[in-house]
Amino acid sequence: MTELRTPTQRLLAAAASSYGRHVQLLGPLPDVSGERVRQLVQDSGLTGRGGAGFPTSRKLAAVAGRRRAVVVANGAEGEPASSKDRVLLLRAPHLVLDGVAVAVRATGATEAFLYAPDDLADRLQDVIRQRADPVGVTLIRADSSFIAGQETAAVAAAEGRPAVPRSVPPMPFVSGVRGRPTLVNNVETLAQLGLIIRYGPDWFRAIGTADEPGSRLLTVSGAVFRPGVYEAPTGDTLAAALRLAGGAAGSVQALLVGGYHGAWVPWLPDTAGLPLTRSALAPYDAAPGAGILVALPRRRCGLLATAEIVAYLAGQNAGQCGPCRNGLPTLAGQLWELATGWPTTGLVREISRVAGLVDGRGACAHPTGTVRLVRSCLRIFSADVELHRAGRCAAGRGTR
Amino acid sequence: MTDRLRVDWTRCRARGLCLELLPELLTADDWGYPLSRSGETEPSVPRWLSAHAERAVVECPRLALRISPDPGEPGAGRP
Amino acid sequence: MTDALWYFGRGTGVTVLVLFSLVVVLGIVTRSGQPLPGLPRFAVAALHRTVSLAALAFLTLHVLTLLLDPYAQLRLEDVVLPFRAAYRPAWQGLGTVALDLVVLLVASSLLRQRIGVRAWRWLHWAAYLCWPAAVAHAIGTGTDRHSGWLLTVVVACAGAVGAAGIWRLVGRSFEPDIPVARVPPPTGLAGLW
Repeated sequence: MTELRTPTQRLLAAAASSYGRHVQLLGPLPDVSGERVRQLVQDSGLTGRGGAGFPTSRKLAAVAGRRRAVVVANGAEGEPASSKDRVLLLRAPHLVLDGVAVAVRATGATEAFLYAPDDLADRLQDVIRQRADPVGVTLIRADSSFIAGQETAAVAAAEGRPAVPRSVPPMPFVSGVRGRPTLVNNVETLAQLGLIIRYGPDWFRAIGTADEPGSRLLTVSGAVFRPGVYEAPTGDTLAAALRLAGGAAGSVQALLVGGYHGAWVPWLPDTAGLPLTRSALAPYDAAPGAGILVALPRRRCGLLATAEIVAYLAGQNAGQCGPCRNGLPTLAGQLWELATGWPTTGLVREISRVAGLVDGRGACAHPTGTVRLVRSCLRIFSADVELHRAGRCAAGRGTR
Repeated sequence: MTDRLRVDWTRCRARGLCLELLPELLTADDWGYPLSRSGETEPSVPRWLSAHAERAVVECPRLALRISPDPGEPGAGRP
Repeated sequence: MTDALWYFGRGTGVTVLVLFSLVVVLGIVTRSGQPLPGLPRFAVAALHRTVSLAALAFLTLHVLTLLLDPYAQLRLEDVVLPFRAAYRPAWQGLGTVALDLVVLLVASSLLRQRIGVRAWRWLHWAAYLCWPAAVAHAIGTGTDRHSGWLLTVVVACAGAVGAAGIWRLVGRSFEPDIPVARVPPPTGLAGLW
């Protein structure tokens, strides 16, 4: 069994093109009881890598006590600025499926699903066929919509229904796929599980922070020399993350942290040294989320960038909930006006008002996440609003 | 243990009966959907409004309303 | 005495027809989501329910009277099983069908919270079978089927229901939320950075 190369090459070092190679590289999956698995996960302090960062041991415990559980591995990754799940499924699918098998053992599940992008489906079907897991994994094809990766949308997809979110309660761990207790975990979380079960909690905790130990996959894009998926210990700084991606290409003004439902963090000497943790980024209402970082160069207008993202998000609502269905397009139109038209104080006030109407009023976090981005934009790019009002733009482009 | 009025947003179609039956707690947003007057997303239902709130729950043509106790955990269970 | 029973049976029957026609009109208004002058939406819904229960009360009287009336030759089983009565079985049967459907409509509405909106709505479409059956029954079973006043009542009821139906079909959508502003299409997020 090959020693994993460097501490921050854990998941990405587990690349194996076949089951044989995978076992050769990492060894077979240890046979461990469900209770032992749950103990190991609790000791490791593993938190979800899908964005919410929920302690995995608690999710396992919630489902484990119930009968006829279901495991859903969520690799749908609807977020355009994220590619980590895709890369993981391409490079180390067997590790992900090991994690599924471990989760099945931990919860006593009798059914398992892998929810993955449509264009990877054929490859993944081959991968599944190479295995002989006690509970076979059924592949579910995910469409490319933003909302397809939401937890209850994943549950709906596993039922063969349209991948749109459902109202909770009941939570999936109580009633999910066909009314059965369902564990939904991001594929990266499950891959980490596949490593924890082999190398143990102490190994896992050897890097990263105490609150959210281990490594995490990052998707770094935007004004960097080598945009791509990288792996780093949790708690590494924003600057270190950009360095992994070859460093900033040109002058960066802000980072979008946490993806399209995240927030802008101004790029300054102070902030560059901030660790990518919930607590450090709290003043900006940002969180590591699913490890998404987008570098906004100075030559791009922050207001316009936000307006583009919100226009996309508005088009991606599931159409189920009134405040979101109506509010997001309204916000998109307003932000567009802010970025390309005349940003009056009245307009800024209206944006805040509509944002308040939309926040938290929907079946899922889509409206809330979008509002977070909008509010962040108004805060961080307030100087740009002033410039636009004077008929100028920090990016040097005409606004009208 | 406070009771809160909760809306199933996938069911609500802004029919507006709840706005008529619970004007103390609810008003219409820009699009006719029930908006809590208190600023909280899910308003707490005081005892003196219990009966009216329950009536709103029963009368909603879409069965989109529900009253349940507050577990006291902020953001509990949000995916 | 039997004459009195027959007239009472007839009278309650006409009352039931008028009341159920009103119920259908109120049901159409309820579904439309529109209030009426002086009646907020919840009151329209409540009125619809109240009148249907009043109609049900008169329906009970109507059936009891006719069970007691020897001229009607109505047996207990004819009340629930249609088209097997001795007197004008076809027309009588339509009344039984209407009654069965009324029971279904009222029961499903009382259990609405249990069965859920979809099942309830699906069952409630039976109202559009129930009412025509009741009208046909009213015309067909009456000894006074050609009498002017009954025809007037029937035409008025049908007219009211028809008008409500047309109003509903032709009127604007009841979904009150304002049409959504057009979203400016993203110019390509890839070019963003």
